[in-house]
Amino acid sequence: MSRPGTLTVYRGELRKLRAQKRTYLGLGAAVLVPIVFAVAVAIQPGEPADVPFGRYINDTGLAFPLVTLLFGSIWFYPLIAALVSGDIVANEDNNGTLKTILTRSVERSQIFFGKVIAAFSYSILAIILSGVVATIAGIIVSGFNPIPTLSGTLETPERGLLLVAGSLAVYLMPILAISSFALLLSTVFRNSAAAVVGTLMFSLLLQLVVIIPGLDGLQPYLLSTQFNSWQGLLRTPADWDPIIRAAWVCAAYAIPSLAIALTVFLRRDVAGG
Amino acid sequence: MSERAPVALRGLTKQYGRITAVDDVSLTVNEGDVFGYLGPNGAGKTTSLRMMLGLITPTAGEARVFGHDPQKSVDALADVAGFVEAPRFYPYLDGMTNLRLVASLDGNDAKSRIAEALDVVELTDRADDKVGGYSHGMRQRLGIAAALIRRPKLLLLDEPATGLDPGGMRDMRALIARLSAEGMTVMLSSHLLAEVEELCNRVAIVRSGRIVYEGELDELRAAAGLTIRLRTSDDEVALRVLADRRGISDVVRHGPAPIQFRAADEAAIGELSRALADSGALILELAPSAATLEDLFFELTEGEGDAQAEEKRLDELSDLTGGSQ
Ligand SMILES: Nc1ncnc2c1ncn2[C@@H]1O[C@H](COP(=O)(O)OP(=O)(O)O)[C@@H](O)[C@H]1O
Ligand SMILES: [Mg+2]
Repeated sequence: MSRPGTLTVYRGELRKLRAQKRTYLGLGAAVLVPIVFAVAVAIQPGEPADVPFGRYINDTGLAFPLVTLLFGSIWFYPLIAALVSGDIVANEDNNGTLKTILTRSVERSQIFFGKVIAAFSYSILAIILSGVVATIAGIIVSGFNPIPTLSGTLETPERGLLLVAGSLAVYLMPILAISSFALLLSTVFRNSAAAVVGTLMFSLLLQLVVIIPGLDGLQPYLLSTQFNSWQGLLRTPADWDPIIRAAWVCAAYAIPSLAIALTVFLRRDVAGG
Repeated sequence: MSERAPVALRGLTKQYGRITAVDDVSLTVNEGDVFGYLGPNGAGKTTSLRMMLGLITPTAGEARVFGHDPQKSVDALADVAGFVEAPRFYPYLDGMTNLRLVASLDGNDAKSRIAEALDVVELTDRADDKVGGYSHGMRQRLGIAAALIRRPKLLLLDEPATGLDPGGMRDMRALIARLSAEGMTVMLSSHLLAEVEELCNRVAIVRSGRIVYEGELDELRAAAGLTIRLRTSDDEVALRVLADRRGISDVVRHGPAPIQFRAADEAAIGELSRALADSGALILELAPSAATLEDLFFELTEGEGDAQAEEKRLDELSDLTGGSQ
């Protein structure tokens, strides 16, 4: 057998996630919410006309995942990402198991990166599952029909499906940035609840910053804004500017968060447990 | 040789704010030793072991295992296994899965030793139960199993018998004795002298983070055995005779209890008996004290904390034990 490393840690982390309730709580909510939304629309065909694509939900199922993304970015998806990412390091502190895994044959950095990849995997899975379920539920309720873009043109259902997939992919950027921030709090606070709540507060506060007079200029650089960047795909022609900006703004949140978390994790005394 | 010793601590110090948990500790554990790290609660045993395992960073000094620095890389722990305080596992996973998880982090063929390790600690029947439902003793045994699958040359155990019932303690002792007989070097901490006495060939006694004795257990035993009890018809007179007598030291008398003192050798005792008879204090009892290692241990670890008296006591002790320090 070969030398254990980050990948070994990653597999172990997945094994642990599979055995924990919070994993299923997060994934379950990610699946359930779009279903409830679709059922509500089916029963009472009103339309949330004040959000982009809201008024198309009775015309095409492809509008469902997009509306879900829009509503979910306020707190729902950040919460789902934080649920596991905020716990993945703190959980070890809580169980006193850091000493158990740090006295084997993997370096602290490998433990850390294994956890990062595992937390990212979970967040990605949650978003994709949620998007797929929203799309299927939407198609069942409103049909597989052409979808109007934000520029007013009409896309075929097939191309619309591709755009939905692309939107989910773009949406992963801010989600992973949120995951990274949750990992930072998880490492620093060593307490799962504090990390999850802290991440959620952070996410909500960013949305409030723009209310403060004079700070609205910050809007393009706030993490919360990047949750809408996928809308660039739904223009004709596609507008890549917000997506490119999202890529580096999200990196500017994620990379320092992970770097600080790693530094703290490498240097800290493991004296609990 | 001591460069590659299983454990070499040099001036090891760990400070937590104003508390010096480990204070300038130097010691060497040699291959084949069962080394007892003995001291009351709060003496700094766990903190020292944490530094040997690379879990915490020393404030000063260094801890080396087989010549390597565990602060730098886990590679230093290649031949080391053990745990500090109670071993901890994931409560939501069963015993077997927990062991598989740590074995995967060991690499090599650690996984192939899981079944055997479970057998050794007699947990095979419970391997499929969640660790959350294990008793303290079972977790302690699972901790040993997790250490054994690394097939270490050095086993570090922090108070391994704590919280076990008498049967569990006996099993733990038997296991440690067996592993030692198979060639494993063991360092175990304890606050119980009896535990160390039974298992260890060498000890370090720590108090408030400082080593107050390090050496062979036999030497310590010999030192403890030289205490003499004396009862006479007139203890006041006897005390005067004892004072400043060559070969006699550490005269103590607690109320009506017999006088106790240390004698350098038997000749000194012979001389003393004649002097006592001459002085008119008739000997009612003159015998090696029942003062055991236990008393010495308490004396070493629970004194008033008078540093000077402590040093003096230590010097004498190392004289008595042939200066093994
Ligand atoms: N993480 C810590 N933070 C602050 N003080 C600590 C910490 N760990 C240990 N101490 C203090 O260091 C001293 C030694 O503790 P410890 O090594 O656990 O002793 P032992 O294992 O011999 O009972 C104690 O006074 C304890 O309170
Ligand atoms: Mg302790």
